[in-house]
Amino acid sequence: MNEPLHGLPACELRAAVTRGDVSARAIIEATLARIAQANPKLGAFTDVTAARALAKADAIDARRARGQTLGPLAGAPFAVKNLFDVAGLPTRAGSKINRERPPAARDAALVRRMEAADAILVGALNMGEYAYDFTGENAHDGPARNPHDLAHMAGGSSGGSGSAVGGGLTPIALGSDTNGSIRVPSSLCGVFGLKPTYGRLSRAATFPFVASLDHLGPFARSVLDLALSYDAMQGADPDDPAQTPRPLEPVTPSLEAGLGDLRIAKLGGYFARGDAAASEAVDRVARALKAERTIELPEAECARAAAYLITMVEGAALHADRLRERAADFDPDVRDRLIAGAMLPGAWIVKAQKFRRWYRSRVLEVFRDVDILLAPATPMRAPRIGQRTFVLDGREMLVRPNLGLFTQPISFIGLPVCAAPVWTEGERLPIGVQVIAAPWREDLALRVARALEREGVVSAPIGKGIA
Amino acid sequence: MSDVPFDAEALIDASLPLLDIALLPGARPVVKLHLETAQSLARLVLDFPLDDESEPAPVFTP
Repeated sequence: MNEPLHGLPACELRAAVTRGDVSARAIIEATLARIAQANPKLGAFTDVTAARALAKADAIDARRARGQTLGPLAGAPFAVKNLFDVAGLPTRAGSKINRERPPAARDAALVRRMEAADAILVGALNMGEYAYDFTGENAHDGPARNPHDLAHMAGGSSGGSGSAVGGGLTPIALGSDTNGSIRVPSSLCGVFGLKPTYGRLSRAATFPFVASLDHLGPFARSVLDLALSYDAMQGADPDDPAQTPRPLEPVTPSLEAGLGDLRIAKLGGYFARGDAAASEAVDRVARALKAERTIELPEAECARAAAYLITMVEGAALHADRLRERAADFDPDVRDRLIAGAMLPGAWIVKAQKFRRWYRSRVLEVFRDVDILLAPATPMRAPRIGQRTFVLDGREMLVRPNLGLFTQPISFIGLPVCAAPVWTEGERLPIGVQVIAAPWREDLALRVARALEREGVVSAPIGKGIA
Repeated sequence: MSDVPFDAEALIDASLPLLDIALLPGARPVVKLHLETAQSLARLVLDFPLDDESEPAPVFTP
C-alpha cells in the first residue's frame, strides 16, 4: 500500500484488512502515530483510547486468521464527540463540570453499533461546551482548529469531529447536530457530514442538549464511508424513547444509482443571504445537477427563530441546577445564553412548538414537487479563531449563534441532510452545501452527494494546514 | 406581540430571585443582549397566526 494508512478511507481499509494486505493492528498503530503528531496542533482529540483500540484490532486480526467474516467497517478507526459515553471515561460534553462525573459504565449505543461492524474506537473529540456553539472553540480544552488553516475555526459544536476527519486523523467520526453542529463543522473543515432524519438513530447513552432537536450522525471524507457508517448505526433501540420506529433502510446499495429523474431545486429567499462564496458553492452544485428551479421554504426565518427559542429554553432547563450551583465553572459564552434562556416565557415555547407542526406540514407539501433541496451549510467560509462578529446582508452579527443561520430551519423539522464540501481554486478554505431530502430519505441525499463526488464537484482532501 | 418597549433589565431583576441564580461580574450586559435577541426573534413566532386548535409538534404516546 503506497498511501499512508491514515489517509485511506474506511472502505479501502476494510478491503485491505480482509485481503490480508494490512493488519488492523498496523492501521491502529498508524492512526495513533498520526494523532500524536497532528493533535497538538489541531486540538481535535480530548481522549485517546489506545489500549482499547489495539485490543480491538488484535481481536479483528485473530478473527480474520481463523477465517471468519469481518464486518463492513473492519479495521476502520473512528472517534466520537465527547458527549458520547465511552466506557471508562467521564462524558464531559465539552464542559469542566461533567468531567467530575464517574466514568461511563458502557459505550453509547452508536459506538456499540460501529464496533459491531468492526470499526475501532480510538478516542473522544473536542466540542463546544454542552453543544451550545457553532465555533468549535472550547474555554476549557482550547479550540478545535481548522485542518486547512490552523488560524481558522473548525466550526461547532462538533469541532473535534470535523477537525479529526479533515486532518486525516480518522476516516470517520461521530457528532451531534441540534441546530447545525454536524453541518457547520463539515462546511468549515471540508468534510462530508450526515445529519439523519430526527428520530432515526439512537441517542441512547449520549449527553443531551435539546431533546426536541438533538440528532446524531457521522462525518467522513467520502460519501461511501458516510453511508457505510450510517447503515451500521441504523436500527431500533429500546433505550431511546425518542426514536421513531422504522425498518432498516440501508443506503449503501443505492449509492451509485445516480441522479435518475430526481427533481432538484435551489432554496432561495432566506437561504440566498450568504456571502459570495456561499452563493457560488450552491450555484456550482446546482449547475452540476442541472437544477434550474429556485424555490422558497415558507416562513424559513420564523422557523429559525422558533428553533432558536426552543434551544434557549430547553437548554436552560437542562442546566438549571448547574447554573445555580456551578456558574463560575461554565464557559461564560455558554452560561450567559443559558441564563437568558431560563428567563423566557413558557408561552413562547408552546407557540414555537405549534409553529413547528405548521411549518412541517408546509415543507412536506414542498416535497411533493421536489426530491432534493440545495442550500449553503454556512453563510461564509471558516472565520478566524477568536473572531466574535461578522457582517451579513449589511448587518453585524455574533459568530457563535449565527453560523447556523441556514442549518437551523432544516433541522427544526428533522429533515435529513448531507453536507458536501465545495472548493474554489486558489482558496485555502472550503464551504459546504446542504443536500436536503424529505424525511426518511437519507438515501436520496447521499445518492446526490455521491453523484457530485463522482463528478469531482465536491471532495474532502486531507487538510494541508498541518505541517 | 405587545408593542410595549421590552425592558430586559426589569426581566433580569425579576427573574434572578425566582431562578435563584446570581450573575457573575460582567454577565449582566451579555444576558441582556441575549434576551433582546430572543425577544426580537419571538416577535416573528408570536405574530405568526395559528388557530387555537393547532397542536404542538411533540405528541405524547401513552
